[in-house]
Amino acid sequence: MLGAVFLGLPLVALFHFTIKGGLEGGITFRHWAELLSGEVDAGGPLWDGISSSLVLAAVTVALMLALLLPTMILVRLRLPRWEKALEFVCLLPLTIPAVAMVVGLAPVYSVVARIFGSGSWTLAFAYVILCLPYAYRALQSNLSAIDVPTLSEAARTLGASWPTVLLRVLLPNLRRGVLAASFISVAVVLGEFTVASLLSRTNLQTAIVLVQKQDPYVAYIVVLLSLALALGLLLVIGRVGAATARSNR
Amino acid sequence: MTSGPPLSADAHPRRGAALGLLPFGAFTFLFLAVPTVLAVGSGLYDADGHLTADNLIALGDPVILKTLGNSVWLAALTAALGTIGGAAICYALIGVGPESRLRTFVDAASGVLAQFAGVPLAFAYIAAFGLSGLVTVWLQDTFGFDLYASGAWIYEMPGLIAPYVAFQLPLMVIVFLPALDALRPEWAEANAILGGGRATYWRRVGLPVLAPSLIGAALLLFANAFSAYGTAAALISQGSQIIPLQIRAALSSETVLGHANLAGALALAMIAIMAAVMALYAALDRRASRWRR
Repeated sequence: MLGAVFLGLPLVALFHFTIKGGLEGGITFRHWAELLSGEVDAGGPLWDGISSSLVLAAVTVALMLALLLPTMILVRLRLPRWEKALEFVCLLPLTIPAVAMVVGLAPVYSVVARIFGSGSWTLAFAYVILCLPYAYRALQSNLSAIDVPTLSEAARTLGASWPTVLLRVLLPNLRRGVLAASFISVAVVLGEFTVASLLSRTNLQTAIVLVQKQDPYVAYIVVLLSLALALGLLLVIGRVGAATARSNR
Repeated sequence: MTSGPPLSADAHPRRGAALGLLPFGAFTFLFLAVPTVLAVGSGLYDADGHLTADNLIALGDPVILKTLGNSVWLAALTAALGTIGGAAICYALIGVGPESRLRTFVDAASGVLAQFAGVPLAFAYIAAFGLSGLVTVWLQDTFGFDLYASGAWIYEMPGLIAPYVAFQLPLMVIVFLPALDALRPEWAEANAILGGGRATYWRRVGLPVLAPSLIGAALLLFANAFSAYGTAAALISQGSQIIPLQIRAALSSETVLGHANLAGALALAMIAIMAAVMALYAALDRRASRWRR
């Protein structure tokens, strides 16, 4: 009941708004049809936002996996003393509000802009940090469920090189964790507003806020679609997680 | 905040392996440690780079104190409402197994609404309770009740309460449902065998076991609301009633209240409060984890 009032009602209202026929009243899917056929005035900034968020999601996931996964495996195999420190660093972003971190990111990004230009994809550096706690937890729960030392020793004994161990032995065993970490990072990136807005970069959410002022119908439809997409991603994680829990029993 | 590579001499045969921490260490140093230090540190310097206490003194400004008070009040109120309401939702879900489809859906939907829906929730509330929103119009037409007889409060502080509760509820579900899973059926059976009723079970067994989780969850909700920005930024475009909006104002104009680097001082205050809350949470979580296995 409570959830229905606080969450269901506003979301229904959001949907109702997008199918409301203006002055003539009634119900119409005109706005949906217009958006999906691509003939809306607000198209420009919106597509900019969508494409920049998609690029950001891809770069963030790639960078996050490339940095975090080898580090976690290395710590697990060779440097167990660092496990606590790694966990602390990875969970730290939960303690620092994004809106406070932006204050310190602004000067960092003036340097980043000099090196990489001011393209919005550079936000991926900050987003990797924002995704760190979620990705770490997803990978850690998978990593602690498999026997990394035995697997890698067996592979090494059979003559596999370290890259082979990593790519052909450990990675296939970690695919569920990698999938969950990637999906949750995509969801974080698609929903991110604070950093992009305060650093004056364009992404999906800042574009929606911009478009909402001139064409609320389009903005609200995109909001609904993005929520549905995020829900889909998290549902897949949930099913994969449940499957992992079963197969480990 | 130490995330650099290990350079100590005692890491003898592991030195090569420790080098592998370099990429991750360097990255987190550049994009986590440096921004945090800059955010906290910049509040201590003036525009010319001289050490100053001016910005910290500016925190004592009545306007800033009022905003800080607003932030704490809003976070505390919505954390209390979210904790109670969320716990009620969890209680309703108590019979649902952790691996059932309904539970997977509840988890996923809560995840989306709690963590990634700041701006969307603001819009949903405008669509429902805005000046020409669905509910506003319905109340007007059906009961002749004007929600905004006393002004358009949805775009001011009171308007933030309901949307904030809306993202606090699902967070409470995420945090608290696993704690409920830890209640073992054996305890309910033991209670029943010893002649205890439902009320006795909750008063003597359930609540004492869950108390640390409940308080911990409330702290987490407080931290969540205290640091939220998107919902408030999308709803309130004029004015800076809470600290995150004050930071927005300080970042977008060079001087607020005549202080450069005020944003740094505000960030420092925010991080200090968050650190205190999260330290308390960590302590409670250790206590609560006794029952989680």
